[in-house]
Amino acid sequence: MDLRKLKTLIDLVSESNISELEITEAEGKVRIVKSGAPAIAAAPVVLAAPAAVAPAVPATAPAAATGPAATPAAEAPAAPEGKVVKSPMVGTFYRAATPGGKPFADIGDSVSAGQAICIIEAMKIMNEIESDIDGRVTQILVQNGQAVEFGQPLFVLE
Amino acid sequence: MFKKILIANRGEIALRVQRACREMGIKSVVVYSEADREAKYVKLADEAVCIGPAASSHSYLNMPAIISTAEVTDAEAIHPGYGFLSENADFAERVEKSGFVFIGPTPDSIRLMGDKVSAKQAMLKSGVPCVPGSEGALPEDPKEIIRIARAIGYPVIVKAAGGGGGRGMRVVHTEAALIHAVQTTRAEAGAAFGNPQVYLEKFLENPRHVEIQVLADGHRNAVWLGERDCSTQRRHQKIIEEAPAPGIARRVIERIGDRCAAACRKIGYRGAGTFEFLYENGEFYFIEMNTRVQVEHPVTELVTGVDIVQLQIRIAAGEKLPFSQRNVQMRGHAIECRINAEDPYRFTPSPGRITLWHAPGGPGVRVDSHVYTNYVVPPNYDSLVGKIIVHGDTREQALARMRSALSETVVEGIQTNIPLHRELLADAQFVAGGTSIHYLEGWLGQRRR
Repeated sequence: MDLRKLKTLIDLVSESNISELEITEAEGKVRIVKSGAPAIAAAPVVLAAPAAVAPAVPATAPAAATGPAATPAAEAPAAPEGKVVKSPMVGTFYRAATPGGKPFADIGDSVSAGQAICIIEAMKIMNEIESDIDGRVTQILVQNGQAVEFGQPLFVLE
Repeated sequence: MFKKILIANRGEIALRVQRACREMGIKSVVVYSEADREAKYVKLADEAVCIGPAASSHSYLNMPAIISTAEVTDAEAIHPGYGFLSENADFAERVEKSGFVFIGPTPDSIRLMGDKVSAKQAMLKSGVPCVPGSEGALPEDPKEIIRIARAIGYPVIVKAAGGGGGRGMRVVHTEAALIHAVQTTRAEAGAAFGNPQVYLEKFLENPRHVEIQVLADGHRNAVWLGERDCSTQRRHQKIIEEAPAPGIARRVIERIGDRCAAACRKIGYRGAGTFEFLYENGEFYFIEMNTRVQVEHPVTELVTGVDIVQLQIRIAAGEKLPFSQRNVQMRGHAIECRINAEDPYRFTPSPGRITLWHAPGGPGVRVDSHVYTNYVVPPNYDSLVGKIIVHGDTREQALARMRSALSETVVEGIQTNIPLHRELLADAQFVAGGTSIHYLEGWLGQRRR
């Protein structure tokens, strides 16, 4: 199923009173469960968060999509099914300790409070940023090498 | 010329620097704390980066955050504004070491003038007259201290070397109170400035505060851009400033102005700066130098036609001063009223939402303010919400323009000191000109009765 279609379905569920939607097609099955419910769905975590999909999806979508859904990362922190880890400083965000190295945390990983989840480089110093909460990574809101500011949402954990 | 400048400040001065950059075609990056997210200049910025929570210590005084922001935005230079880190020599040094240009003097100049004892000594060497006092920091020996005070003559004032701007000072009228006053001021200075050194000066009973604006480039050229009279103060905070200083002979001003420019050349000063003096009985006495742009710079801009902030940027970019002393002309008279968010007579701060802001206008009226209708004045910083500055051909016309401008100004939702300004602009003594630095407090005391 292509991403654009997926996004449309997600928006549909999001904006309607539908709490659960399951579609079976030739390519596969998709089940979308609305927020609040514990994640029972076999669907991979990417579905629970429209925003993680959005960067790959063109902003134009049929009627179901409205303004808020079209602006990616900014909406994700409002997503009720996650807690947000925000940047404690200004700097450059890196997923791993070294270029090309293993990222501290991938989507789906469980992290605990105090565990390093990324690096923010400021003034030539690589600062290991620790998560202040426990949870499983459901979204990574910034890209490797992106400049971040104080308070900017970085990860969504559930 | 720089392609991008980071503005390391907030409020009206951030907007002022942003405007200078915009006019010059320089992109600007604005830093802001979480409390300043809705500031006008943040909304107008080419780039704006949140650097910390409201607390100044974690935002506008946060050196790593500011320098890091310059790094990630590829800024080339940093303008520190006034207050905050603008006179912090360590910051200037770190900015330079990190590969950016600090728009201001060298760290050494900042250090020299930041220590009020070394500043005085440097001025004496440069032929700038100072308030008579102890030649340097006071020794420990009480007998010595008493001897020094006797030589100066009472009343004297004890000042902290690391202080300035009205902080860390104590007046002593009799010898009996001297030693205790010195000890207390030392203890306070140690706690507040990390430097317990104090010095003594003669306390002038009725001086005026007259300061000289200077500009110096990195090529040993220095000019003075006239004087400003900032005597209308409350608790050492200026609230009205004007240029030129009423009733002082031009020759006397020229003599002191030339000395200041010469001092700049001697110490290798670079950028904008202000030499502050107490003026009494026809004599100027140096008290301190501010190594930054000042709040009241628009007053000088209006009478000289010089854009001080743009010149700060040009000087920092390595340009020479585009004019010499003989090109500097002062025309007409300018007055500035600082608009503070406070109770006009009790001076308690009045932060909150401005439900209606209507600024004055018309010929000769300039308003430097970052606020707008529905803007929320945050409680975390100083109370300055704007400056109304007027220019007229004469002092009378400037006074009339200011009265008119104040009458047109509407600020609702918060309290401001505009009612106080209106009263002062109608006060006979103020209108006559030449009132001393004690005048306003005396006036307020009278008003209370």
